Amino acid sequence: MDDLLLNQFLLLGAVLFCIGVYGVIARKNTVLVLMSIELILNSVNINLIAFGAMWGDIAASVFALFVIAVAAAEVGVGLAIVLLIYRNRRTVDLDDLAQLRG
Amino acid sequence: MLENAWIIPLIPAASFFLILFFGKRLPRKGSEIGIAAVAIAFVLALVVNVQWFQRVDDAEHGAHATETHDEGGADEHGLGVAGLADGEQAAALPSTDQLAAAAPAPAAEDEGHSAFEVEPVHRSWTWWSSGGTEFTAGMLLDGPGVLMLFVVTLISLLVHVYSTDYVHGDRRYTHYFAFLSLFTASMLGFVISESTLQMLTMWELVGLCSFALIGHWWEEKPNSDAALKAFLTNRVGDMGLIIGVIILFFAADQSFDILTINQMAIGGDIDHLLLLVASCSLLAAVMSKSGQFILHTWLPDAMAGPTPVSALIHAATMVVAGIFMIGRLYGVFFQGLSIGTSNVNLLAVIGGVTVVGGAGLAFVQTDIKKVLAYSTVSQLGYMAMALGVGAWTAAFFHLFTHAMFKAGLFLGSGSVAHSVHSFDMVKDMGGMRRFMPKTYATFLICTGALIGIFPLAGFWSKDEILAGASQLGGDGGYKAFLVVGIIGAFMTAAYMTRCIYLTFFGEPRGAAADPHHPPHESGPRILVPLYILAGLAVVTGFTNLPNTGVLEFVPDSLALRFEHFYEPKGSYFPSVLETFHHPTFSIGIALVSTLIGLLGIGLAYAWYWKGLGPQGITQRSRLAKAGHTLLVEKYYFDHLYTNIIAGGVKGPIARAANWTNQHVIDAVVNLAGRATVGVGRWVYDRIDQGVIDKVVLGSGAAAEGSGQGLRQIQTGRVQQYAALLFIGAAVLAAVFIIVI
Repeated sequence: MDDLLLNQFLLLGAVLFCIGVYGVIARKNTVLVLMSIELILNSVNINLIAFGAMWGDIAASVFALFVIAVAAAEVGVGLAIVLLIYRNRRTVDLDDLAQLRG
Repeated sequence: MLENAWIIPLIPAASFFLILFFGKRLPRKGSEIGIAAVAIAFVLALVVNVQWFQRVDDAEHGAHATETHDEGGADEHGLGVAGLADGEQAAALPSTDQLAAAAPAPAAEDEGHSAFEVEPVHRSWTWWSSGGTEFTAGMLLDGPGVLMLFVVTLISLLVHVYSTDYVHGDRRYTHYFAFLSLFTASMLGFVISESTLQMLTMWELVGLCSFALIGHWWEEKPNSDAALKAFLTNRVGDMGLIIGVIILFFAADQSFDILTINQMAIGGDIDHLLLLVASCSLLAAVMSKSGQFILHTWLPDAMAGPTPVSALIHAATMVVAGIFMIGRLYGVFFQGLSIGTSNVNLLAVIGGVTVVGGAGLAFVQTDIKKVLAYSTVSQLGYMAMALGVGAWTAAFFHLFTHAMFKAGLFLGSGSVAHSVHSFDMVKDMGGMRRFMPKTYATFLICTGALIGIFPLAGFWSKDEILAGASQLGGDGGYKAFLVVGIIGAFMTAAYMTRCIYLTFFGEPRGAAADPHHPPHESGPRILVPLYILAGLAVVTGFTNLPNTGVLEFVPDSLALRFEHFYEPKGSYFPSVLETFHHPTFSIGIALVSTLIGLLGIGLAYAWYWKGLGPQGITQRSRLAKAGHTLLVEKYYFDHLYTNIIAGGVKGPIARAANWTNQHVIDAVVNLAGRATVGVGRWVYDRIDQGVIDKVVLGSGAAAEGSGQGLRQIQTGRVQQYAALLFIGAAVLAAVFIIVI
């Protein structure tokens, strides 16, 4: 894979990452925040696969697979928490969830 | 046994600890241990005596065997034959040997030289060593040591038995027996001392036991006062003992060994002046321990202790420690005081003054024990006087007989007092011979022995002292002390007759006349010791029968046995000197002293029984009254000591001590206090408040401030956290990019 093609994958990853970060910081809906986290993770995956392809290293693909598995688990737990929060408080707005304020 | 006699003191010493630890739990409260221990010690002492007699006889026979062998064997020159002949002679001719030995012996002894030497049994162990000097303890056993082993264990055994009745039911019964044991042990250790240092140690132990036993009933103030007085008076003399021991240590080339010291003193290896100073220092110790004027004042007060203790300690054994010490170091005294050549010396003067002074005080006492106490003082004076005039054997002979009859007298007085619960002859006694005939009989015999009635013990021993005073010494001899001794004998007879009259004759008075509790004879545990002592008071005098003059008929094998067995024979005893002599029996002196004694009895009899003489003169004549007061006030010695010396010294010392206290010690204390307060203030202000508290408060404030600052970012908003996270990551990334 030549450098030009790599750059494009990296740019895609960066764009996805920035969208994800924006989503995490700016969105009020918890579900959307979770989705944004997925975006960040997947941008990382793209970077991993791209560099893996560049170096011809299978380990990168393995890492990516692990990240996907962990992301799946994370989103499962995260959605369960969101569901419970919604049941208790009838809202999933992150601005209302500031009980840990010091 | 002779080699191992050192275990004799260890038996009562062990008994002391056993009684202390286990006595109270035993059925007889510990007395059985004490009696058993002393009985064993007594039996061993008897064995030691018998073996010692054999040793003396062997030495004598050996000396004569070599003499005869030298005469006969000089021509033979055949070694094998000579050896055979020697053996034959020794085996076949013991009887002729004895005859030959006996004949020249008195002649040789008259010259003042023993015909043979008896090696003392000497064992020593290193106690500790310092700077190359070895300090030893051990055993030196010769005539006087063996004698004292016998006397101490015998009297102690009798006193133990007597005490089981006399102090029966006492609140400190166990303690009493423990200290009797310790006393016996230390006295036995004293008499076998081989070094002056061991002597000093045991001397102090004896003093300690005396203190404990005098103050046995310390709940009453006079008793504890008497104990203190005895202890402190003895301290005065002990200083003399320590100084004397130190002087002798350096004079005898750094040796504490008694044999060495004596040998050097006799051999003329020590400067005469040194010996004189050492003798005088040691005399101070003798004056305190043996109740010689002017340190005798504690002895009568010591009668505050239980009567058996008075008998054991203050009559028969402990008080003769001083006499024994002179006898033990006789080489030093003999040379230091020039006893053999002078007409007067310090020791004899002290003894002479004590004889008369003590006897005088005995006249005005109402307490029966005090009469006996002053009598003891007076008799100890006789012993000191005998040593002072050079009559060593007479002194120890008198010590021996006196131990028997004085212990008998004390125990007898205790028996009477036990019955009427009082010691006051004038108030609570009188006519006791009807109630206590057995005690009366023994008391009478012992009194006879003390006065010196023929043929009781005191007659022989006192007479030997008087003979010594008249025959020994340099030009003219010690004639003055002969007079003193005879006056003493007269006074002894008179005051003892008075004592007997007040106690046993006349009408019962006070407690003795109480119709509800008539006096009764004492039990067997009191009477048996009295019988034994009275018996000994009769027979002990015959142990040193003279066989010269009118007594020539006495066979040689019986004569002068005491001198033969108990007088040391060797280079460590002054008998090797030209100036040392033995007195011989003089019928004239014996008659005079007996007549004087009878005169004393007669006068006292006339005065008390018949009411003759100037009765009541102390009320009428000013002079007689003054004399009486002088005696009652004990020559004002107690006033001198307590009021003038102690009182005179006490005030200035107290004032000086007060001044020192107020101005020196208090100033130091105050200064220290103020300094401490100042330092404390400064520390509080500067260090505590300024540093430590600041640090503590500052750390608190810092924690609070940082907490307050940090809580601002703890908003609880997850998205802010996330933003910070990303910003941090971005910053880190930027740093990495810039740096790398």
